Amino acid sequence: MSLTELETEVAPADAEPTRTIQGRTPWQLAWARLRQDKVAIISSIIIIVILLMAIFAPVLTHWFGTDPTKTNTNTGLDADGLPIGPSADHLFGTDHLGRDIFSRAVYGARVSLEVGLLSTFFATIVGVTIGLLAGYFSGWADAVISRLLEIVLSFPYLIVALVAAATIGPSKTMVIVVIASFSFAAMARIVRGQVIAIKAREFVEAARSLGASRLRILVIDILPNLLAPVIVLVTLLIPQAIVTESTLTFLGAGVDIRIPSWGGMLSESTQYYRVAWWYLFVPSGMLLLTTLVFNLLGDGVRDALDPRSERIMARAGKSGKTSRRWRTPSEPGSAGAVSGR
Amino acid sequence: MFRFLVRRLLLGVLTLWLVSTSVFVMAYWVPADPARAIAGERATQATVNAIRQALGLDDPLMVQYGRYMGHLVQFDLGTSYVNGNVGVWTLIRGALPTTMWLVFGAGIIWLCFGIFTGVLSATKARSLFDRGATVFVLIGISVPPAVLALTLTYALFFKLRTNGVELFDVGPPGSFFADPGLFLSRMVLPWVALAYLMTATYTRMTRSSMLDVLGEDYIRTARAKGLPERRVVYRHGLRAALTPVVTQFGVDIGYLIGGTLVTESVFGLNGFGFLIVHSLFIGDTPTIIGCTIFVALFIVVANLIVDLLYSVLDPRVRVT
Repeated sequence: MSLTELETEVAPADAEPTRTIQGRTPWQLAWARLRQDKVAIISSIIIIVILLMAIFAPVLTHWFGTDPTKTNTNTGLDADGLPIGPSADHLFGTDHLGRDIFSRAVYGARVSLEVGLLSTFFATIVGVTIGLLAGYFSGWADAVISRLLEIVLSFPYLIVALVAAATIGPSKTMVIVVIASFSFAAMARIVRGQVIAIKAREFVEAARSLGASRLRILVIDILPNLLAPVIVLVTLLIPQAIVTESTLTFLGAGVDIRIPSWGGMLSESTQYYRVAWWYLFVPSGMLLLTTLVFNLLGDGVRDALDPRSERIMARAGKSGKTSRRWRTPSEPGSAGAVSGR
Repeated sequence: MFRFLVRRLLLGVLTLWLVSTSVFVMAYWVPADPARAIAGERATQATVNAIRQALGLDDPLMVQYGRYMGHLVQFDLGTSYVNGNVGVWTLIRGALPTTMWLVFGAGIIWLCFGIFTGVLSATKARSLFDRGATVFVLIGISVPPAVLALTLTYALFFKLRTNGVELFDVGPPGSFFADPGLFLSRMVLPWVALAYLMTATYTRMTRSSMLDVLGEDYIRTARAKGLPERRVVYRHGLRAALTPVVTQFGVDIGYLIGGTLVTESVFGLNGFGFLIVHSLFIGDTPTIIGCTIFVALFIVVANLIVDLLYSVLDPRVRVT
């Protein structure tokens, strides 16, 4: 944008102001940017659809399928006892026991979303708390917490999860606890860095000089400023948690195999995909779609909340210094260990 | 430098101690009786008791822990409960070559491919190529490993085979030097699968690192003195942009040595990841513990090397 262009938009000083200029908060600006992002909007619509699908699973399967655990020996298997393909009876075909794959896929959304959302929720609560404390109270507390985070981030994540599964037994709670207790470290590290930057700012000093208590400074002054980076990281942690859950379940160490889940369906399909491609592709497609839309929304949210971030810069054809603040996934140790190739 | 090294070494030892202790606690929590598993279903109670005695499973937990730690500091990982009393160390050594082949083979692919696409999409930002690369990268980041591996198996192994093209195979690859044809036919798919999962990160990283570097003053200077754009990008830009990429490569290799569980399981490679999954299913506790500690050791060492390497590659970073 050149200087002359700028000048044309400025009203002459003597002219009457024709419209009042409205102040907009950063959140309003971010929302306005997000609304412009078609990909992000479509992604969030798909996420809502998947959420509704999970919530209304009993209704959906009642109308369009059969109970997900019901073995349809009459309509579900052909004369050789093999799964049958997509048909009017079973929209997405059946599996090796004659169970309706559409119903199982719908119910599978419940597991993936529950694990993805709950584990991220707990990781966020713990991570933000620890990060706040470590960042605000520097000194030995920070030193201990930082070392602890380093250790957690260099733990062989997936193997410990597998051992835990073998010990405690596969269950949804176990998966949520395991994922949360490893992914909180990434959150804590980001928050800690942010807090260290924020607490040196003038408004925190002002609050302190006015006699605000430590708790008040932490909760009223610092916490709201953490919202943007935390939201961005949350949108990235959710799909990671979904991938980890499906991987654990696929390896037989995640959610109980009797509960319909996408990872479990994948695991069972390895024996049958040669005769029933739909058995493999329905859960695969659902998993890929879900993680993809969460990641796309996450990218959109990051662009909206942090307009200096690299994607916008690239789009504008500039290549200035990009903000490194929230570029978490490429940091060593935070992404590599997560999903277990 | 010396202080840094000591601090990192202490931290590494602490990590290893925490990993081994937590795995020990979890593994000995298992209600299943390993002595019964070794003796077999029909063994008499006397035999089972004798085996329990021999393994020291009757001792208090603290005594067992002390003995386990004592062996560990001597690099003795113990013997497997199954597999006919084979040492865990022998099992790991047997499985390691396949995993090494897998990780380093895939590593070369993803490094080359990731840097290539990253540089192109940075220098041609907003182009069709950049957008294509963005989609490609996003799918790579999103796709669960099991989905990718199974889809590749279905399309390129099963479908090709039923149509008469026997190009790829699935199963233990054996040694490259014994039968290169078989080895390659069984390794190409796992290489591609693993590389695709990792390429995504590298494309993104190269791209953003490259965009950072190309905005630096010395790049403008290089352009101003009339160097051809190619030379500016590849000689001046890429060299500096690659520092974080190279360090990430080291970290990832360290992680992947124990992290290719899904890829190895789906493609039937008898590597380290497969050993871990298999030991879990048959309840071979010493092997699981040994593998976990070995993996942790690998990660700790890789991280240490990377930190040292970083200060060599980028003199601005001073280790303290």
